[in-house]
Amino acid sequence: MKIKFFDLGFKEAVALLALSVVALTLLLVYNMATYAMPAIQKFGLHFLSTTTWDPVKEIFGALPFIYGTIISSALALLIAVPVSLGIAIYLAELAPAWIREPLSFLIELLAAIPSVVYGLWGIFVLAPFLRQDVQPFLAKYFGFLPLFQGNFYGVGMLTAGIILSIMIIPTISSVSREVFLVVPFSQREAALALGATRWETIRLGVLKYARAGILGAVILGMGRALGETMAVTMVIGNRPEISASLFAPSYTMASVIANEFTEATGDLFLSALIEIGLVLFFVTLVLNIAARALIWQVSGKMKGEIRE
Amino acid sequence: MNIYKKRQIVNKLMCALAFLCAIFTLVPLISIFGYVLSKGITSINLDFFINLPKPVGEPGGGMGNAIVGTIILIGLSCLWAIPVGVFGGVYLAEFGNNKLAATVRFTADVLNGIPSIVIGVFAYTLFVLPMKSFSAVSGAFALGIIMIPTIMRTTEEMLRMVPRTLREAALALGISQFRMIVSIALKTALPGILTGILLAIARIAGETAPLLFTAFGNSFWHQSLGQPIAALPLQIFAYAISPFDDWHRQAWAGAFVLIFIVFLISFISRFIIGLRYKFPASR
Repeated sequence: MKIKFFDLGFKEAVALLALSVVALTLLLVYNMATYAMPAIQKFGLHFLSTTTWDPVKEIFGALPFIYGTIISSALALLIAVPVSLGIAIYLAELAPAWIREPLSFLIELLAAIPSVVYGLWGIFVLAPFLRQDVQPFLAKYFGFLPLFQGNFYGVGMLTAGIILSIMIIPTISSVSREVFLVVPFSQREAALALGATRWETIRLGVLKYARAGILGAVILGMGRALGETMAVTMVIGNRPEISASLFAPSYTMASVIANEFTEATGDLFLSALIEIGLVLFFVTLVLNIAARALIWQVSGKMKGEIRE
Repeated sequence: MNIYKKRQIVNKLMCALAFLCAIFTLVPLISIFGYVLSKGITSINLDFFINLPKPVGEPGGGMGNAIVGTIILIGLSCLWAIPVGVFGGVYLAEFGNNKLAATVRFTADVLNGIPSIVIGVFAYTLFVLPMKSFSAVSGAFALGIIMIPTIMRTTEEMLRMVPRTLREAALALGISQFRMIVSIALKTALPGILTGILLAIARIAGETAPLLFTAFGNSFWHQSLGQPIAALPLQIFAYAISPFDDWHRQAWAGAFVLIFIVFLISFISRFIIGLRYKFPASR
């Protein structure tokens, strides 16, 4: 009878452990919403559209951080998407067989580097390089654009965007490569049979077929960029201002939490920071659901679980 | 220009561009490794591993406490995340053809995509505020949440790869389902599950954001689980943003040790995958 007892209890026990993940997630939302409530009640929707962030006067508006997060992520995507697609195309369609595994291994190594190491490299290698070489160049030739005006600090929006793009390239390229690999061969054969060149085959047969999956990969990368904290905090300059220039220091939602959380003296200050966390949570939640739905659409049920 | 020529040129150009993208991405990789290796090795010595951090200017400071702290944090996180992850995965694989399991899978995927700093905020509200102190426990809680989705989904996938015939053979011999899962299914899938666990550990070993206001950091040796605890990534962060050259050097040394730990774990997991693929072939 002992065996039977284990048999019965086992299913319930493991079900309970599996359910604890759901319970934890619900608790996360509940807890954060509770602690964010004072700020939500005080500022309402103005919280998202106010530019003042003044802990002394207890006026909290998250717009500079939302702006910083959106622009830095957009910049990262602008660089990372074409590069990642190039990598994915090369690895899935063009590269000789012996080069595929080592190369994709190397690119995935980028994903294994801890974000604080990216930050360290950003402060001491990337930022000085941008300040001395890239920013003067951009200012000289593209200085008529408001994007490239102002002092060269090294740290700032541009640096954050570049470092984020390096960090999300492995995600976007590996997911799109997986998506390309599940595109049926008949697609390519049909294009080739019509006399298409290699590139035309890729463009018409593969990219077009996989576009929803590519979009999914891009959104997954975007989710990572929005929530990335340490590397960005270390190179973005941490100044809550909205500036048109990419050279200017900025601030993101994740980095304001990282920097000010332990110094948050008043309850309202803490509550405002937690509310920013809550906003970040919901944005990444929506993005992740959308990305998974899109990838699922291309690759069907089995490959719906393509991993980052 | 002839249209055929033009198509040929576009073809060559785009293929070359794709190749260049792959090469271009290796530049930051090589730069990061180059700097971490060259700056790390020159700043590393025995003191670094066995000493506490010292004030600026005093020689012989190290990150011994941070290395120990990181190991303790990883151990504590594993203590609760591995059972939840593995047995949650068992549920998904063995009893998981229902709505409940679909919800769990969905939640695990969602949890996987949540920024780690948000999980840190959650751990703060759950542990640090009620206990009124930063603590090792709260840090391990946050890291554990990050580990669970990876472990759970890998365990599920690996268990699903165990052939049905093995299970049926075991059940036909009259053992209970519980024994079948523990002694046959889990045992067969063990290398794969271990890989998942190691990947999860590699991921949390370098996590900084969720520790900022949970484990908090500490410049002394570990005292108790209810106290703030030092961690290697936190120490690297603190030293990197400091204005002192001496501390910058130590930050590079710390980065070297951290990357070494993370990559060692990743390589071991790859090695185990290698074993796994050999295993069925040799039978």
